[in-house]
Amino acid sequence: MKKKGVQLIKDGRRIDGRAFDELRPIRIEVGVLKRADGSCYFELGENKVIAAVYGPRELHPRHIQDAKRAIIQYRYNMAPFSVDERKRPGPDRRSIEISKVSREALEPVIMTEFYPRTTIDVFVEVLQSDAGTRTAGINAASVALADAGIPMRDLVTSVAVGKVDGEIVLDLNAYEDNYGEADMPIAMIVRKNKITMMQMDGKMTKDEIKKALKLAKKACEKIYQLQREALIAKYSEEIEGEEQSDEQSAQWLKV
Amino acid sequence: MEMYKIVVPGDFLSRDVKRAGEGTYVEDGCVYAHLYGILDEKDEIKVVALSGKYVPRRGDVVIGRIVDFSFPYWVVDIASPYKALLHVAEVAEEGERIEMSRMHEYLDIDDLIVAKVKSVDASMRVELALMKEFRVRRGDRLIEISHTKIPRIIGRHGSMIKMLKERSGCFIFIAKNGRIWIKGREDAVDVVSEAILMIANEAHTSGLTDRVARMLDTFRFQRRIFRKQGAGVKERTEKREVGGYGSVGSDVRESESKSESESECESESKSERVGEGGEIGLGERRIFDE
Repeated sequence: MKKKGVQLIKDGRRIDGRAFDELRPIRIEVGVLKRADGSCYFELGENKVIAAVYGPRELHPRHIQDAKRAIIQYRYNMAPFSVDERKRPGPDRRSIEISKVSREALEPVIMTEFYPRTTIDVFVEVLQSDAGTRTAGINAASVALADAGIPMRDLVTSVAVGKVDGEIVLDLNAYEDNYGEADMPIAMIVRKNKITMMQMDGKMTKDEIKKALKLAKKACEKIYQLQREALIAKYSEEIEGEEQSDEQSAQWLKV
Repeated sequence: MEMYKIVVPGDFLSRDVKRAGEGTYVEDGCVYAHLYGILDEKDEIKVVALSGKYVPRRGDVVIGRIVDFSFPYWVVDIASPYKALLHVAEVAEEGERIEMSRMHEYLDIDDLIVAKVKSVDASMRVELALMKEFRVRRGDRLIEISHTKIPRIIGRHGSMIKMLKERSGCFIFIAKNGRIWIKGREDAVDVVSEAILMIANEAHTSGLTDRVARMLDTFRFQRRIFRKQGAGVKERTEKREVGGYGSVGSDVRESESKSESESECESESKSERVGEGGEIGLGERRIFDE
């Protein structure tokens, strides 16, 4: 998809001024949806995604229940206004694929054996897209799952690496994704150094991939710290004098 | 205000594998957290969850709501991913048999019950035993909070719930599944509900008992003014020694004493109350004899 004459790297800097190994700014907020059991708002550069987790909860129809464990249902969806050209609502092949690989990225850490016959529903809605939404989605989903009290072995962290103008770069933006040589989103368990998702769109040599993975690991370590901090910060805020609305954690039923 | 240590799934906790407790898992000789919550290393190494669904265990006392009939069972919602079953034999009297067509005469949809979890099997089929002494009636208030906050509402050795009951004069019943039943004067019930929500919101902080005490003190102060205005010249004592029943699994033994001021309160609350069946006022024991 290389357009002639388009220069993505100039003077050692990328078109948005970033260094090759620089992440876009990240912002994470935990517990943004009161109705969901767990939720997370995640920004990665211009990407804005929101993840909501419901569950474990009853699963219908019966025949897809697993008698021994919970099943995970992951839905990645882009809002019609998330991109320049209005995205028609509803799942398309790309969304279905992203939903599948994202679910598979998280399944290894979720301890589903605690909740037989139930489902854990994860919804990731993209509000604004600028390449990297699936990685933002997985990061947000990890945090939302923790927020919901789902038992997990670890958090999962995700980032994209790729090749642009012959250089291995981190966290491609939309332009780089469209006009670069390769885009490789990965997800991993940082502590255990295990990869749970790896996709390739484009071409890279074996050595380039090795270099890219090293870069991705370093980035994931940073993102993981941010995920942790956001979760911890959720409970530090509440005591700093901000009395939040009473109705938050309870439901009133006047019988 | 100090904070307890918050941990996140995957956090390394210790190498002391023998002490690994709830909320943790062991891998390669190390103990890790598998829940998002507060680390408690006093005895065992545990992570106390701050969120999560209630999973029924045998022996738990829960408040349930009838949601369906499935003869010979009622299907009961217990604020869990799992619904529970209540067999007709649990509700029928000696030698009595309840027919499918007459089930609703005993318990109908939306009725609330207090029940004990009789059994939970490997596929999470839950059966309940009705605690015949209790039945939540109309005119009461039922609130629902995360079941993870219930231990905080009870407090160490029941200290928190004791304070709530004594200072509000309300009857408060706490169920393991996060549902709390409150009976009393409307304003007292309001304060108790507010206090419970505050505890639930701030369960992870310390100094909570004092803040709750202060909130209840404000209430008592207001009641003193209310009483003086309404009562006229007569002196009365401020101490109200009304206990309540029903803490789940706590060691608190409530003593009930009726003082003079209390019986006056009773008549007040009867006139305010809009309950069905001419419900009881504060301090009355009668409900438990049913």
